[in-house]
Amino acid sequence: MSSPVVQIKDIHKIYESGEVPVHAVRGVSLDIHRGEFIALMGASGSGKSTLMNMLGCLDRQTKGTYLLDGIDIDKLDRNELADLRNQKLGFVFQGFNLLARTTALENVELPMLYGRHRKASSEEIRERALHCLEIVGLANRADHMPNQLSGGQQQRVAIARGLVNSPQVLLADEPTGNLDSKTSVEVMGVFQKLNDQGITIVMVTHELDVARYCKRNLILRDGVVVRDAPVDGRSIAAEEMLRIKQAETAAKLTTAAQH
Amino acid sequence: MRFTSTLLVALRALRRNTMRSMLTALGMIIGVAAVITMVSIGNGAKAQVEAQVAAMGQNLITVMPGSFSSGGSRGGYGSSTSLTPEDADAILADVKNIDGLSPEVRARKQILANGLNWSTNINGVGPDYPYVRNWPVASGSMFTDQEVKSLAKVCVIGKTVVDQVFPNEDPIGQTLRIGNLPFRILGVLSPKGFSLFGSDEDDVVLIPYTSHMRRVSRQTNISMIRIQAAEPENIASVKIAVEDLLTQRRRGREPDFNVRTQEELANAASANAKTMTGLLAGIAGVSLIVGGIGIMNIMLVSVTERTREIGIRLAIGAHGRDVLTQFLIEAILLSSLGGLIGVAVGVGGSQLLSHYNGWPVLVPTMWIGISAAGSAFVGIISGFYPAYKAAQLDPIDALRYE
Ligand SMILES: Nc1ncnc2c1ncn2[C@@H]1O[C@H](COP(=O)(O)OP(=O)(O)OP(=O)(O)O)[C@@H](O)[C@H]1O
Ligand SMILES: [Mg+2]
Repeated sequence: MSSPVVQIKDIHKIYESGEVPVHAVRGVSLDIHRGEFIALMGASGSGKSTLMNMLGCLDRQTKGTYLLDGIDIDKLDRNELADLRNQKLGFVFQGFNLLARTTALENVELPMLYGRHRKASSEEIRERALHCLEIVGLANRADHMPNQLSGGQQQRVAIARGLVNSPQVLLADEPTGNLDSKTSVEVMGVFQKLNDQGITIVMVTHELDVARYCKRNLILRDGVVVRDAPVDGRSIAAEEMLRIKQAETAAKLTTAAQH
Repeated sequence: MRFTSTLLVALRALRRNTMRSMLTALGMIIGVAAVITMVSIGNGAKAQVEAQVAAMGQNLITVMPGSFSSGGSRGGYGSSTSLTPEDADAILADVKNIDGLSPEVRARKQILANGLNWSTNINGVGPDYPYVRNWPVASGSMFTDQEVKSLAKVCVIGKTVVDQVFPNEDPIGQTLRIGNLPFRILGVLSPKGFSLFGSDEDDVVLIPYTSHMRRVSRQTNISMIRIQAAEPENIASVKIAVEDLLTQRRRGREPDFNVRTQEELANAASANAKTMTGLLAGIAGVSLIVGGIGIMNIMLVSVTERTREIGIRLAIGAHGRDVLTQFLIEAILLSSLGGLIGVAVGVGGSQLLSHYNGWPVLVPTMWIGISAAGSAFVGIISGFYPAYKAAQLDPIDALRYE
């Protein structure tokens, strides 16, 4: 087996900003290999977002080492970290974080306007962004503004943006947190498809049934990993979707019959 | 390519908030337009003053009674023995390099002709007057030396007097009454327009100064002597010669006259105009600064308001420098665009002012360049601090910002 794309060893995060220091992550060690699909679970305040932010190179660990694709994060400066985020990582934020009043297409183009893609022509950038919107099934909404899109569609635009620079790892913090169950299945379908194509995914979720779409589940409590297990009898989003559609049709028929 | 994509990012950011962008640029538009308009008005006034000074005549030297510019105490009217026609004769006889000379006596009187009344300036002058003032007689002729010597009751009238008293007829050969003395009209002066001091030069009746002193104003002094030097390089020597001669004629009494060259007058007048231009430009400059502060204010507010946007950009891989450049480009685009529109509005406004108010305006090309460059500079200055602030943000903090 090739070396893990993410290697963290005894990583700690202490927030010093408040009156009392908060020890949010207390020694997590983790190897993530290419092609994995991990759900990170745990109670509120257990340190999931903190860990994700460190994995995403948005925040630095207080202690411990993090090797991303063999590179020691701690030795990089601000701009090198920015380049790393741009090229090796895709981050799908909780609450989407799309630019308002900016079309879906331009939102997806955004990462390509920074970093190495800057050398590409605007046609190439456009084409690549459209391709990513196609992957998430939104090519026909390319010219829509975020406020003209449903929550699930906005989340898919955010995923497309995370994909556009072909990252090694796609990180998603509660990608289904604000979505109803049907839209959640939609988003998980996109993730499964991407994972089948070989993209490594780590996502945070509170929902057990959402975690069942993943291949490996991690449970965090008070900043430490208390459970790390593969998923048996994994759910398949495509099948689930079919079942929901049938249920809907049935519901419609019954309501129609009542009238 | 790096710069082009940042430019693209900045343009998109401006387009996302068209209303705010326009309002920001408006401050700049008003500032620059005000500067251009004010400077145009000031410049026009200066050019007009210079034209009027030139219209007084060429190589002109004026001798006035009194010592109003000899500093310290002023003599006041009547405290000095004033200029006399004999002074004028002596100058003409003794001073070399003089091309023409005319005494001048002034009064304001009611005239009557053609059954119409008109109150006008009655100026007693010599036959050289039209030549010295570079103000030709348009039709008819000027009175002669002979007529001056014989105290003839003849006159030459200005365009305004013709319009007022002889609206539909040829005035030449007709008679007009000054008081109850009849004066025969010999000629009509070409139109001259307004003087440096804003009075209508064409509202005038010229009569021999001798007739003026004996018959009309009954005074023994003259108001001024106008001398035309032969060549520009003679002006200084003629001035000195005149001063010497008049001082000598006063036999040791305090000088009670004042000799000035046209250049001195012109300098005084254009200094005034320059002060006015400076004042106007200063006022307009303040509005330019206010416009710049407006841009800085909007950019600062928008850094706070757009903290999340900045966080997203940084998280996605923008360097601090990319964000800095973006905000700086936004500020410069806003202010330069405002500046360009301001130049257009200012030039257009100046033309409108001159069209509808008849003000003389002269749009200075140099100031168009200064305004364009100045507005870009204001953009850099006012954009830099907000841009720097934006670039210093930490991605994770910016993303957490509510
Ligand atoms: N910027 C910060 N400054 C200080 N303390 C923080 C900060 N961010 C998080 N914490 C604290 O760290 C702990 C872990 O927070 P974290 O956001 O990682 O939890 P979480 O597992 O993501 O919770 P949730 O499921 O509610 O999102 C919490 O006790 C929180 O109060
Ligand atoms: Mg969280």
